[in-house]
Amino acid sequence: MTEQPSQGSAGYQSDSSTRVRAAEYWRRNIRYVGILLVVWFVVSYGFGIIAVEPLDAVTIPGTGFPLGFWFAQQGAIYVFVALVFVYVFLMNRLDREFDLSEEDDT
Amino acid sequence: MSVQSWTFILVAASFTLYIGIAVWSRANSTKDFYIAGAGVSPLANGMATAADWMSAASFISMAGLISFMGYDGAVYLMGWTGGYVLLALLLAPYLRKYGAYTVPDFVGDRYYSQTARIVAVVCAIFVSFTYVSGQMRGVGVVFSRFLEVDVNVGVYIGMAIVFFYAVLGGMKGITYTQVAQYCVLIFAYLVPAIFLSLLITGNPVPQLGFGSVDQASGVSLLERLNGLHQELGFSEYTSGTKSRLDVFFITAALMVGTAGLPHVIIRFYTVPRVRDARLSVGWALVFIALLYTTAPAVAVFARTNLINSVSEVPYTEVPEWFTTWESTGLLTFDDVNGDGRIQFVGPDSPLANELTVDNDIIVLANPEIAGLPNWVVGLVAAGGLAAALSTAAGLLLVVSSAVSHDLLKRSIMPEITERGELIAARISAGVAVLVAGYLGINPPGFVAQVVAFAFGLAASSFFPVIILGIFTKSTTREGAILGMVSGITLTAAYIAYFTLIHPELNHADNWWFGISPQGIGTVGMLLNFAITLTVSRFTPDPPPEVQQLVEMIRVPKGAGAAHEISA
Repeated sequence: MTEQPSQGSAGYQSDSSTRVRAAEYWRRNIRYVGILLVVWFVVSYGFGIIAVEPLDAVTIPGTGFPLGFWFAQQGAIYVFVALVFVYVFLMNRLDREFDLSEEDDT
Repeated sequence: MSVQSWTFILVAASFTLYIGIAVWSRANSTKDFYIAGAGVSPLANGMATAADWMSAASFISMAGLISFMGYDGAVYLMGWTGGYVLLALLLAPYLRKYGAYTVPDFVGDRYYSQTARIVAVVCAIFVSFTYVSGQMRGVGVVFSRFLEVDVNVGVYIGMAIVFFYAVLGGMKGITYTQVAQYCVLIFAYLVPAIFLSLLITGNPVPQLGFGSVDQASGVSLLERLNGLHQELGFSEYTSGTKSRLDVFFITAALMVGTAGLPHVIIRFYTVPRVRDARLSVGWALVFIALLYTTAPAVAVFARTNLINSVSEVPYTEVPEWFTTWESTGLLTFDDVNGDGRIQFVGPDSPLANELTVDNDIIVLANPEIAGLPNWVVGLVAAGGLAAALSTAAGLLLVVSSAVSHDLLKRSIMPEITERGELIAARISAGVAVLVAGYLGINPPGFVAQVVAFAFGLAASSFFPVIILGIFTKSTTREGAILGMVSGITLTAAYIAYFTLIHPELNHADNWWFGISPQGIGTVGMLLNFAITLTVSRFTPDPPPEVQQLVEMIRVPKGAGAAHEISA
């Protein structure tokens, strides 16, 4: 990592094809974020709060956890961790695909 | 060895470690002081973030709160972890790309306005100070209970330690000390939890243990606890008592507040690259989840243990821990019916409740209640101190950088030299420690509530304008300023009305739509979004440089160069 400005393809200051690619990159990013946030909402607010009573009628087999209670106090947190790592994976792949990865900065 | 000697040894050893790290990682430039030279690895930063984030409230109070609230405790568990998903997906990578030193720095540049910068500085200082005074108090409580010194002496010792590594090392010193503090606090939290889980269920993993079979009764532990609750007139543990709507709004306020807290956001300025910022949030959440998935298990174990060891026990035969905690005033027994036995019962019982237990002692007293070895008790004290000190240091740094960077360098005296700014940063960190210590010794009566409300204030001020600043190009300075001011004003006014002005009216019948003051930050955030977007439509578009700036922060490439464009 250096402090020098990167040359040429820094995204906004160069030619129009770079701008089109940057816009496409951004559109894909927004789609990933949107899908992941839907999952985030469903497991926490959906399973853990709104639908907690019907889910509590089910007990997770082999344990004493009512399902809704488990989502609210355990499951949602595990899904949160997974979501962040899925996003890291998707974005690293997207950065490479669009050649916007920072590896070539250094 | 006695509990006190173990506590003394473990606390002294951990403090020596923190001071050693502080000397080793001295800050030499403002970049070191504000953002640790942007050279921290994502894993170390994740650990430091976790320690920074998990305060005395998470370590000492949370499991106790959950054990009293049952299902409703989920607001803290989901609220204080779900915000990291928002941070990773919506904030951290872009703010790292922009490469500012502070949160007001970004707000001021993106909204091309000194007014926006100053509003952000005021919000940052307000939020951080309300939060920090509670930490110093936590330090005092741990000292007074375990080392039998005065609460105030405890605060002085805590101040001296934080002063040393925050003033000397800045963000660099704080970061590496926090890595050590995380290790101390998570070890101190997990050891008693694993002991308890083995003792009660025979399963060494607490996360699974509280869903297993209670070895004493042969039925599932949660079923057993629900049964005990029913017998004693408490509501069912796994169901809770708050309205669904209120649970929803409180969870949202805590989540969004987490993502808007300046001391959490600046942690992601300290890593070298945008992709490190994303990954670092992931690591932070792993380290936080380790404690947050253990807490509800500890809550269930503690609740069962407490009921079993005090219910209907004659007062003359109470265990030793009962008497020790009674002397601190955090546990009180009043023999209402004069039968000499302890009736610990809920609101639905025909009997009168005779035992009051403060939330805060559940985690601290847990090892004693379960009869764990003395060194485990001492370890918990060291862990509680690590949690309180690490959070206090992170918050103090926000205050110090808001003063020396945002007010002096970027507003009042832009010609200040690098050396001058570094001295100013150290002095303001020093002053901030003194103010925090003063607030810890003379806590305003409402500190305990205010700490929880810091989230509502952060949610209603910073979160919307930062998100809109990244995801839209057309949001204007007029929109952002009015949005921040109206969001934080509504939230602060609602909280002040129900907690300071008319505390007697503070129950669900008087709340708007049944939303408690804890959940109002969500409404403030929605108002902030609505006002920012509406005003932006009717005011002139941001200048082209700002629109280019927004395009620039959206792509990761060239993270090092970013700051110079706008400076």
